[in-house]
Amino acid sequence: MSIWKYANPTQFMKTTGWMLPFVSIAAGVCIVTGLVWGFFFTPDDFRQGSTVKIIYLHVPSALMAINAWLMMLVASLIWLVRRHHVSALAAKAAAPVGLVMTLIALLTGAIWGEPMWGTYWAWDPRLTSFLILFLFYLGYIALWQAIETQDIAADLTSVLCLVGSVFALLSRYAVNFWNQGLHQGTSVPVATGGRTVADVFFVPLVISMIGFGLLFVALLLLGTRTEIRARRLKALLNREMARDQDRQQPSRAAQNEGTQ
Amino acid sequence: MIALLRRDLALAIRAGGGFGLGLAFFLILCILVPFGVGADSAILARIAPGILWVGALLACLLSLDRIFQLDFEDGTLDLLATSPLPLEATATIKSLAHWITTGLPLTLTAAPLGQLMNLPPQATPWLVAGLALGTPALSVIGTFGAALTVGLKRGGLLISLLVLPLYMPTLLFGAEAARRGADGLDPTTPLLLMTGISAGCVALLPFATAAALRMNLR
Amino acid sequence: MMPDLGKYQDAVLSAYGGSLLLLIGMIALMIWRARSVKKQLEDVEKRST
Repeated sequence: MSIWKYANPTQFMKTTGWMLPFVSIAAGVCIVTGLVWGFFFTPDDFRQGSTVKIIYLHVPSALMAINAWLMMLVASLIWLVRRHHVSALAAKAAAPVGLVMTLIALLTGAIWGEPMWGTYWAWDPRLTSFLILFLFYLGYIALWQAIETQDIAADLTSVLCLVGSVFALLSRYAVNFWNQGLHQGTSVPVATGGRTVADVFFVPLVISMIGFGLLFVALLLLGTRTEIRARRLKALLNREMARDQDRQQPSRAAQNEGTQ
Repeated sequence: MIALLRRDLALAIRAGGGFGLGLAFFLILCILVPFGVGADSAILARIAPGILWVGALLACLLSLDRIFQLDFEDGTLDLLATSPLPLEATATIKSLAHWITTGLPLTLTAAPLGQLMNLPPQATPWLVAGLALGTPALSVIGTFGAALTVGLKRGGLLISLLVLPLYMPTLLFGAEAARRGADGLDPTTPLLLMTGISAGCVALLPFATAAALRMNLR
Repeated sequence: MMPDLGKYQDAVLSAYGGSLLLLIGMIALMIWRARSVKKQLEDVEKRST
């Protein structure tokens, strides 16, 4: 059977119900392993001293900040094309996680930057792009909160995500053009297959990255399940309210019929 | 289409239409910044291109929520949506009306206001050219933001949060062009890139705007 | 047990401390909301049957 069977909320809840504990535990194991290994059992860097240990938080969170937005983009497209509520709610659930990941990336970057570059902040292309990404997350979340009707909110936020993604890409190149920057190149360039981080740091870094990825999945599942329940809750409460109103004010039609 | 444009322009210019608001804000900003930053002419000259661009951006923001709000409230927007005129065209006309009443006046007053900010004379043509080519993008992007929030009671602040990040590429290139002009360097590259962004926005965003309007009118 | 972090001790510890605070805070909030919504849903579903 195809992946689309999970568009059915009941099927989604059933499957993710037993998946969630496993993913959470896997995430916990990887993160603890990665961070403990990185913090306690790696040497200091020649140039960066002990601050290199921040890499085990900074790189994974930055990676997830981007990936969360990409996932939201795909989920938004699926909602616009196939109208699966699970997809829209998954995008909604992913946003706060992406926001916090972006914040952690910015924070750890700033703390790392101070001893290394002499400043907490610099208008370097990569930092600036992350700050812009933070704003995009804020706007997306704010729009979801502002619109009453959830289906319309899903539609509008999906369009915002699409348009925002185009502009995020545009901004990336604009900012590169605007300021050349002092942030180092990618630590683990997947495309080129090369690597700029020394071996002794590499393995715990990868474990941390996997851990953060699993954490994102776990929180995504948790959040989507909550949103699905919340949607059902709202529908039931609305139905209750409508029933109560009917009981208090018997329909005008029935009254008119009596007088005629 | 022309009728719609004329109507929107008339509504904007009438009393209560908020026509002069953007301009007044732009003027006040050019007075406030020297007060805040100090009257050192060298510093003002350095920051003038940026301040003028940011001022134009913020002034554009002021009139965004009225692009669709009044029409939405009295039902005109529903009529426009069901009329033979495609909603994309309506969106474009609305953006054009907004540009004529906001972006265009800002572009025209930028040169004299630049004097308040001690803008170097060699930068002025590049600033004005940049604003002329960039403010259409600001209007089109702003119209998109207005369409997203059209149903909301106090969408003003939310529009700013949504639209300002989208304004950044235009701002970056436009201000860079003005700065390069000020330093005597060649500003054509950022200017062309910014024009490309404007052209892309004008051509493509109305489709997203129309989609957002349809979603809100359901 | 604690490695000698040298002169960067404050930086490294605050980075780890802040990040873990944010992560644990986010996880706790999400779990709290999940439980709250689940309970409310169960209550309403009980009422309607």
